[in-house]
Amino acid sequence: MSDLTINTNLARKILTGFIHTEITRTGFSRAVIALSGGVDSSLSCYLAAEALGPENVLAIRMPYKSSSQDSLEHAQLVIDDTGIQSLTVPITDMVDPLFEQFPDGDRIRRGNAMARARMIVLYDQSSAFDGLVIGSGNKTEILLGYTTLYGDSAYALNPLGDLYKTQVRQLAGAVGVPDVIVSKPPTADLWQGQTDEGELGFTYDEVDRLLYMLVDERYRPEECVTAGFEQEFVHDVVNRIRRAHFKRVLPPIAKLSKRTVGYDFLYPRDWGT
Amino acid sequence: MPLTLALAQINTHLGDVGANLEKHLSLVIEAQSMGADLIVFPELSLTGYVLQDLVSSVAIRPSAEDPQFRHLLEASDNIDLVVGFVDEDSRHRFFIASAYLSRGRVLHVHHKVYLPTYGLFDEGRFFAWGDNIRAFDTRFGRMGILICEDFWHASPPYLLWLDGADMLLFTSASPGRGLSEAPSLESARWVERINQAYASLFTTFVVHSNRAGYEDGLNFWGGSTVFDPDGKLMVKGPYHQEDLVLSEIDLNHLHRARTRLPLLRDERTALVMRELNRIILAGEQVNR
Repeated sequence: MSDLTINTNLARKILTGFIHTEITRTGFSRAVIALSGGVDSSLSCYLAAEALGPENVLAIRMPYKSSSQDSLEHAQLVIDDTGIQSLTVPITDMVDPLFEQFPDGDRIRRGNAMARARMIVLYDQSSAFDGLVIGSGNKTEILLGYTTLYGDSAYALNPLGDLYKTQVRQLAGAVGVPDVIVSKPPTADLWQGQTDEGELGFTYDEVDRLLYMLVDERYRPEECVTAGFEQEFVHDVVNRIRRAHFKRVLPPIAKLSKRTVGYDFLYPRDWGT
Repeated sequence: MPLTLALAQINTHLGDVGANLEKHLSLVIEAQSMGADLIVFPELSLTGYVLQDLVSSVAIRPSAEDPQFRHLLEASDNIDLVVGFVDEDSRHRFFIASAYLSRGRVLHVHHKVYLPTYGLFDEGRFFAWGDNIRAFDTRFGRMGILICEDFWHASPPYLLWLDGADMLLFTSASPGRGLSEAPSLESARWVERINQAYASLFTTFVVHSNRAGYEDGLNFWGGSTVFDPDGKLMVKGPYHQEDLVLSEIDLNHLHRARTRLPLLRDERTALVMRELNRIILAGEQVNR
């Protein structure tokens, strides 16, 4: 019912073709990627290096003072193995002055500010490097809204957004992402000891199987319960999908004229290329 | 009689007819130099697929008066060609169209009859629905053209078969979807399965030319095919990349296949008509 196994050769061919086409059709040849040392951004680096050549990919490590040393070291493994260019830009001095003004800012606010500080660095470097930003958000986090709007969700193109987390792991293993990265517990690394699964309250294996049934196979929630998922879990995930939808669409523009961007002014992004 | 087919599974510039025309003309020359008699371009090969509001600005007329189409007619002096474009009729309706050109003349224009408007597709919003399914005569025998969703329905290939088409020319810009453990996408496997079925059921040649490349996030999977009248795969282009796929077929194969399996001879069209009329009438009564 929920077999998420993918043919990694086929996925690799389609995704490297996608990266190469979408970067070069607008006259670019280079890409920048925020490399955390996790499996998603590591996979993006491997695919981009294959699509564009390692010399055309710039990985940027952006540690905050509380970021784990493991993250930096794992990112270095990816940089060394792929031969891509790299840069390390600490964000502590960007984030901390904000919360000196707002010392009661909770860790959600701080985490979001870190994600948005990284976006500022990434887009600035994309201009300096003359490359487009490749994002690494996977289908699981996009559906659950486990992202920071205008933070890690900001990118020019995203090769991984239609792969569930468990599929990202499968593809990462196949393209040569080191096992220590593929098998470690996923974390946004926004505060010490944070793990995705701890924060979400369920495992990726569980939620990916449920999301696959709900979204890809169009099962009704009650059919998922019949198939063996806990009612509360199904209910929680369905609500998360709905509540997070604003993160997946452009904000609404109030329509006034006869022709309005987003409603009846409709063009593909690849217009004219 | 041998016939060499060329399937041009190209990528296109989205909304840039001039750039796509150049590509067509250079591939026509290449196919000609390789001995091809007929070159088949995919759906909307002159314009790209995800056009949205670009439709009205890329539309052309399939005639010698059109400054762009004229070049294709000239190119058809020595090789027959099938080209995909947006056709604007005299009443300014826009159709997804494929034209068959031969020796400087337009022999046939097919307007896509089934416009998918569901899932990722939005064709019915931007295009008018074609209203004819007709076979036509060429110097290589009688043929019929269908465009993508047209041949996901069983009736258009059936009608062309009854109208005398011994070669079905299918064109498409099929977005790849359905990644699983299998080495090809679900959309590719579905199309291959039905094309093979049509070739087998109608003891006819089924030629399919499909787009390659990307538009926004969509991938087009290529994999163009020719099936012979026994339903056997003659050639298959590579997946997910551009190619000019050549295949030599023997038109006498029809003679052998239909001697062995006279499905066309035994088809009872009057019975089909009678039962269709009954079903339609019964449906009207039920819906009243």
